[in-house]
Amino acid sequence: MCGIAGLIHRGKSSNVGSELQGMLQALKHRGEDSTGYALYGDTDGKNFIMRFKVGENVGEGSSSIVEDISVYDERKKIVDQTLSELGAKIVKEERTLPYSLRYEIAYEKKDLLEFSQKIESIPGVEILSMGKSLEVIKDLGNAKAVCDRYSLDKLIGTHAIGHARMATESGVDIKSAHPFWGYPFSDVSVVHNGQLTNYWNNRRALENKGMRFMSECDSELIAVYIAQKMREGASLEEGMKDSLIGLDGVFTYFVATKNSLGMAKDTMAAKPLVLYESDELVAMGSEEIAIRSVLPQEINTYDPFDGEVKVWQI
Amino acid sequence: MANIKTSEKKTKSQAMGMHTEVLTGRTQQKFFNPDEAENFYYFGTYDVDFNKRTDLDVKDMTAAEANKKIDGLMSEGYGTIVIKNPQGKHSLGVGILNKLNLIFEGSLGYFGIGSCDGPIVRINGRVGWSCAENLMAGKVVIEKNAGSCFGAAIRGGDLICKGSVGARTGIDMKGGTIIIGGDAGAFTGFMMQRGRIIILGDVGINLGDSMYDGTIFVGGEIGSYGSDAVDAELTSSDQDWLRRKLKVAEIGANFDLSKMKKIVAGKKLWNYDNLEPTEKKGAI
Repeated sequence: MCGIAGLIHRGKSSNVGSELQGMLQALKHRGEDSTGYALYGDTDGKNFIMRFKVGENVGEGSSSIVEDISVYDERKKIVDQTLSELGAKIVKEERTLPYSLRYEIAYEKKDLLEFSQKIESIPGVEILSMGKSLEVIKDLGNAKAVCDRYSLDKLIGTHAIGHARMATESGVDIKSAHPFWGYPFSDVSVVHNGQLTNYWNNRRALENKGMRFMSECDSELIAVYIAQKMREGASLEEGMKDSLIGLDGVFTYFVATKNSLGMAKDTMAAKPLVLYESDELVAMGSEEIAIRSVLPQEINTYDPFDGEVKVWQI
Repeated sequence: MANIKTSEKKTKSQAMGMHTEVLTGRTQQKFFNPDEAENFYYFGTYDVDFNKRTDLDVKDMTAAEANKKIDGLMSEGYGTIVIKNPQGKHSLGVGILNKLNLIFEGSLGYFGIGSCDGPIVRINGRVGWSCAENLMAGKVVIEKNAGSCFGAAIRGGDLICKGSVGARTGIDMKGGTIIIGGDAGAFTGFMMQRGRIIILGDVGINLGDSMYDGTIFVGGEIGSYGSDAVDAELTSSDQDWLRRKLKVAEIGANFDLSKMKKIVAGKKLWNYDNLEPTEKKGAI
């Protein structure tokens, strides 16, 4: 089933970590195999923030293979060495969990393709997000469990999207959890509720164009599809509109960039979405109760129609 | 499990040729006999007084707790119940088989007012997916917008949304009337079998797709027609009926009804005939 939620404050910052946690926790009945956050925090914009993992959460319910923690340490060492070879300087380093790390990196080049390819060529290493504002945090468990594990409730920012997952198409692991980073674009993330039926056709076509897939989760296709459209020169909104034709199946998805948040709904309108929109705030989720967690007072909400694409700026 | 056997004892309906067999076993057919009317009991109904009014704050209740509380209030004779702080909760106000004035001061989530038979419900906010699913009788008025599958499979009653509704409104409906003051999404009237849908605004793609019967009236633009949905002539009696219905619904007072489009089933998709299902059974 899965549940998605997102919000964007327009013209101000807020405690988006805590707000998104409340929204996703309200949707936990839609799936709590894993929960993911894409948070756009207030930063000085100088350094890249790289969230990456060197292993999987092998706790209860995980479909991943158990590895010795010393393997994670080895992988981290190789990442550090590779970053040095790439000319990237680690400014700040946090190791939240043995398998999950957050680096602030001084890196001058704008094209992240080569950078990402080199880092991810290290076996067992996956970049969860790369950006100057974006941080993707995803792990097994419900929204509160993941928020507590990574201390996300204090994060101040402008916008965020998140996902409560019931695993259906692929394993219960971090690599299949949402949000997906719009590799190799800085600060692009995607969450999806639904099922794509032309996943393999699109995947083969995109892989032939040099795009990378880290999981077998059909939702990853959306991130890669839009990233490819943007590589070809399309704007975010153009890429999203194109996806309504190029992607087959049922879906409602959100895409966020450093300055914007967008939603798209398939032409069958088969997946739910409730939307609240004002001059100060846009909040949306699979169910109204997600919005109610941040706006308990009576508000006007609506369901976007079939084939609708909307994009809001901060 | 029920078994089927031929009964020598004929009921009135069987005498009319509508049934040739009865069910036996744990689940049996029951035929209404006016002489035994006092023995018939409609489970879950109460004698209520519409002038007896109370408020119920459901902010800290689960849907099950709130619904049980509504049932309890009806059993105490309350005929007008005002629900405070529904806050988008799912499945509120379901399974009410009673005459009742039920007022929600706020919005409902999914499956609100499901499987009801008789109540008059007013919702001051919006409703989520599948509002009033399987409604048998009564009237439901929503002041704001509604989600998809609005009035799915309703059999009767009036379902009114003064705002806009999502996709698949009136899917599989078998009777009753759905009235929309704003726009409606894709696949409106999908596979509808009976009843009427009125949309004052625009409607999305595939209107009336695979509809078996029933009528759809559209005041605005139509995205596209679904399979076997065709235009029909809007008669003066149609307009009279629309005028009466919209008046009851308290919307569209100044709407020019002569501009309404009438859509019905072309009946080319299936082997249609004029026999009722029970008549077909008799013929077989």
